[in-house]
Amino acid sequence: MTQKITPVKKKTKTTYSVSDIIFYVVVYGILIFALIAVAYPLIYVVSASFSSPAAVSSGRVVLWPVQPTLLAYETVINYKNIWIGYQNSILYMVVGTVFALVFNTMAAFPLSRKEFIGRRFFTLVLAVTMYVSGGLVPTYLLISSLHLLDTIWVMIIPTATSVWHIIMIRTYFTNSVPEELYEAGQLDGCSDIGYMIKILIPLSGPIIAVIALYTAVSIWNAYFNAMIYLTKQELYPLQLFLRNILTIGDSINLEEAEENIEEMQNLIGLSNLMRYAVIVVASVPVMLIYPFVQRFFVKGVVVGSIKG
Amino acid sequence: MNYIAPNRTVRMKRILRQMLNHWQLYVIFLFPLAHIIIFKYIPIYGIQIAMKKWNPVLGVEGSQWLGFKNFEQFFNSPDAVRIILNTLRISILELCLYFPSPIILALAVNACGRQKFRKTVQMVTYAPHFISTVIMVGIVMQLTDIRLGIINVIIKALGFEPINFMGSTKMFPWLYVISGVWQQAGYKSVMYIAALAGISPELHEAATVDGANRFQRMRHVDIPGILPTIVLMLIMDVGSMLNVGYTKVYLMQNSMNLGASEIISTYVYKVGLKQSNYSFSTAIDLMNTVVSLILVTSTNYISRRLTETSLW
Repeated sequence: MTQKITPVKKKTKTTYSVSDIIFYVVVYGILIFALIAVAYPLIYVVSASFSSPAAVSSGRVVLWPVQPTLLAYETVINYKNIWIGYQNSILYMVVGTVFALVFNTMAAFPLSRKEFIGRRFFTLVLAVTMYVSGGLVPTYLLISSLHLLDTIWVMIIPTATSVWHIIMIRTYFTNSVPEELYEAGQLDGCSDIGYMIKILIPLSGPIIAVIALYTAVSIWNAYFNAMIYLTKQELYPLQLFLRNILTIGDSINLEEAEENIEEMQNLIGLSNLMRYAVIVVASVPVMLIYPFVQRFFVKGVVVGSIKG
Repeated sequence: MNYIAPNRTVRMKRILRQMLNHWQLYVIFLFPLAHIIIFKYIPIYGIQIAMKKWNPVLGVEGSQWLGFKNFEQFFNSPDAVRIILNTLRISILELCLYFPSPIILALAVNACGRQKFRKTVQMVTYAPHFISTVIMVGIVMQLTDIRLGIINVIIKALGFEPINFMGSTKMFPWLYVISGVWQQAGYKSVMYIAALAGISPELHEAATVDGANRFQRMRHVDIPGILPTIVLMLIMDVGSMLNVGYTKVYLMQNSMNLGASEIISTYVYKVGLKQSNYSFSTAIDLMNTVVSLILVTSTNYISRRLTETSLW
């Protein structure tokens, strides 16, 4: 280090040494880079979706929309599958989140009580599944032998418990809800279930909000289980339709296009544009609630990192 | 023996009474426990088909035992080396890029004095976490498209040959990891920022009095302060080295990049569910789980010896 032996500075107002200046230049450089690198693709996708196909294809869209049109959105809105997907995803998300909250709380409450004999053993039983799992095929065989394939329930029931979430809720119950409340309840003749419903849950708003949000977002964003377990199109969640449009719909061959020149070019331009619009339409709900729920998520990460 | 017996019965009685008093706890617990046994433990029991010759009529228990034939078949197949190498290539690149990026971001955010700017950076870098895998891959494909994607438009404008990112085996690991950094660095930095906020300001004051500049304070106060968090995350990441995010890899696969993008888990899916080769697929899956377990326990052990931080 190029640090000279300087006399200890008296606390004058912010005098920066050369090394400090370099340090802050690097720090702000990293932050500005991160900001632009993350924001630019998002802005570009939105701008492209509002531009004309020709402008996007020729690369004239750089930051803001060029020749603004709603052409892409008209195509997307008239695409029926998007709305079927939306409907299904909302259903799976709402019902799935309620199921998960009920099941996870029902597991977390007994595990948080020292009166519950065998809590150590049961915690272990749960924790094992975090490291060992049956894997793809045995799980598939189970789901199929339960006759859950191609039903709504396959999207809701298998995800109803999450050991990670159970541990988070249990930690909250033991650390953040005063033990005296339980004792007081016991003295007043309150049963365990009564305590859970009337006292514990109303006092656990923050953790319930965090778990609800985590679960809801993960159900909304998942596609893999749906791809494995569902074959009926009318049950598809939004993500599965998106997958068909965004990644499989890529099948318009470039070699083919060169033969029919202009018409194909237009078609490619429009389908390219439509994909941008689909990305925007599908991300809007999550992005709209994001600013409001952000602080809960941050809290969740912090709660989750405190291991019980 | 004679006088232990009554003691034991007394204890048993007390335990029984306690259980009766709190019977509701057991009733409540029964539902989630049943769920976990059905949806988690029955599949674990089903792993036995890895050592059997799967027969749909006879089921999991009835199928005939084969021993380690399925494992031998896998290791003798030319696919084995290729998919293991592909998996390792991606996860090592992840450890080099994806792992340190949130730490660097968190240190920079923490050093930044301007509250508003800091909040903005956090808010923006955090947002992509909420984008679903499907849409994420869609964005990557749109932006890197060889003819219409903005990245190639820029490359062409600079006078270079366009690059077929999605169709290149060389580009695939980079595309996968860098898009992962883009999406998750902000989210993952939250935990480190929380750990940095927990460092006592007195340590910083003491270091300043001793003549440390800002960089030295980061080096000797901030980084040691979050080292336990870093170690924990490292254990988890090394433990899940073989479990590259298959949902994303699967979406990014195409016939042109398959040479680099076929990883263990996508192979398990294709062999198992698409070709209905249940036993063979489960055998590969089981091998994967066992190696992951060994990795996580050994890194955990090493870290407990060296740094006194461990998962358990």
